[in-house]
Amino acid sequence: MAVPLGFMLAALLAGRAARWLILPAAPAMAGLALWLALVPADAAYLVGHWDLPLGILLRPDGVARLMVAATALVIGAVGLHALADPPEKAGNAAQAETFWPLIYLLWAGANAGFLTTDLFNLYVTLEMVSLAAVALAAMGSLEAALRYFMIALVGSLAYLLGVALLVGRYNTVDVTLLSQVAQPDLATMLALGLMTAGLLIKAALFPMHGWLPPAHAAAPAPASALLSAIAVKLGFVILLRLWFEAFPAVSGQTALHVLGGPGALAVIYGSVQAMRQQRLKALVAYSTVAQVGYLFLAFPLVAGAPDPSGAWAGMMLHAVAHMLAKAAMFLAAGLMLKAAAGDRIGDLGGLAQSMPMTVTAFGLAAVSLMGLPPSGGFTGKFLLLNAAIAQGAFLYAGVMILGGLLAAVYFFRALSACFAAGPAPRAPATLGVRTAAPLVLAGLAIVMGFGGSALHNLSAIAAPWAAPGAAAP
Amino acid sequence: MVTGHVYALTGAVLAGLGLFAFITLRHTLRQLLAINVVGAGIFLILGGLGRGADATDPFPQALVITGIVVAVALTAFGAAMIVRLAEARVATKAATRPDGGKPGP
Repeated sequence: MAVPLGFMLAALLAGRAARWLILPAAPAMAGLALWLALVPADAAYLVGHWDLPLGILLRPDGVARLMVAATALVIGAVGLHALADPPEKAGNAAQAETFWPLIYLLWAGANAGFLTTDLFNLYVTLEMVSLAAVALAAMGSLEAALRYFMIALVGSLAYLLGVALLVGRYNTVDVTLLSQVAQPDLATMLALGLMTAGLLIKAALFPMHGWLPPAHAAAPAPASALLSAIAVKLGFVILLRLWFEAFPAVSGQTALHVLGGPGALAVIYGSVQAMRQQRLKALVAYSTVAQVGYLFLAFPLVAGAPDPSGAWAGMMLHAVAHMLAKAAMFLAAGLMLKAAAGDRIGDLGGLAQSMPMTVTAFGLAAVSLMGLPPSGGFTGKFLLLNAAIAQGAFLYAGVMILGGLLAAVYFFRALSACFAAGPAPRAPATLGVRTAAPLVLAGLAIVMGFGGSALHNLSAIAAPWAAPGAAAP
Repeated sequence: MVTGHVYALTGAVLAGLGLFAFITLRHTLRQLLAINVVGAGIFLILGGLGRGADATDPFPQALVITGIVVAVALTAFGAAMIVRLAEARVATKAATRPDGGKPGP
């Protein structure tokens, strides 16, 4: 996590040459992520060698390994894409340069957040990611970014207040220690509630998603790809740590429906809103609201399953598949909109002939997001569905199937517009890195469907239900 | 112990006032200030609850210091964004005015 910070400083210093830094950065980070995926299961690192009540523990468990690897893939591909096609408004070259330090800040914050078990350190990384995300969103619309910033600030403060209460109650902020001492008393419940509310704002779960579509739809395509793929996921991972690692004794089965219920509503609401959108990027942004809903819908399923490993792996696979597919989709949408006559879905006509590769990438990403086999999205959804039916949660199962159908409706609407006859596109389609990046990401999301069992095992490393310290909820 | 509770309660009141102001005020600069009041309240809670009977615990203090650093950075960032937005609005207003975009009085 220090490496991207170093790259950020270098990018700040290098100015115009900063864009080329992605060339060494992408393979270096991918290599580090791979190394992280292969280190022994019980590896842990104490920053500065302070002992636990005070020190900060970095621990690569299955969640962190998957997330760090997916982050490296997404940011690497998005970075290479942006290298070929810098995100800038016409006549504002300075803006393109700010993009590079920001993605490294996002990268560092996200990696630190995925790895740490220290709740206060998580607060700091949350702010790092929010700061980078707001600045990235500001490249598109300053107003939407400011709205996002204000709401994100309230969210972080709610989270911080929760941390403050925990410090007052237990005198530690480490997840692994909290799991041993946590009591279901009023202060803990209050703290958990505050932190959850704050994080739900960051993760844009319905009904706190209001800031997401305007900010994500207005930002330039590489920026929205990062926002949708990574910034939203950090809140989700922290919630996982809170509910399943720190407080399994506190968070009962009924409390988990507080997350699952809005998750199910988010699936329906986000899908319906996506169907109603006229602009392509707004459609993709609302699809993020729906997909985040699936992640939270999985919370009660994991807790209620007799053998949680299936639901747990489904949740993680879905998160990773969404990261890859959604980043691919935003990149492809950005390319399509550049070539199309306007930003409405009806303007996409004729694109399938003129830029087949990009439309293919969009289609492949859509396949994974809809959950059609064979894809990472299908494996994730299938595992979740399996768990839901096994424990008789037919309401959640129905919502998942309905959500998949609705997703098919809104993505096919966009795709069929591409195949419709239309005016000749403004710009000739170009090949090269900018076309390849979304295609590779979407392809990976599909290939995940074949590597399911390996990822299944990876996600299980040091999962809370397997750890001896934390009893299975 | 009692003095610690006084600080924590004051912090809770401050946080509540700040949140109320954030919801009722519409101007973004005022909202930013309101958020800072909430932050100050939370730091007071953090410090107050961590205050021991005889000695002060350094751990919450370290957290408060880190939190203040983060809050300062975010406030500066938010203020800069508000200024940019105001400038952009003035520019569009000036461009659409009939007198050719001279800065107003």
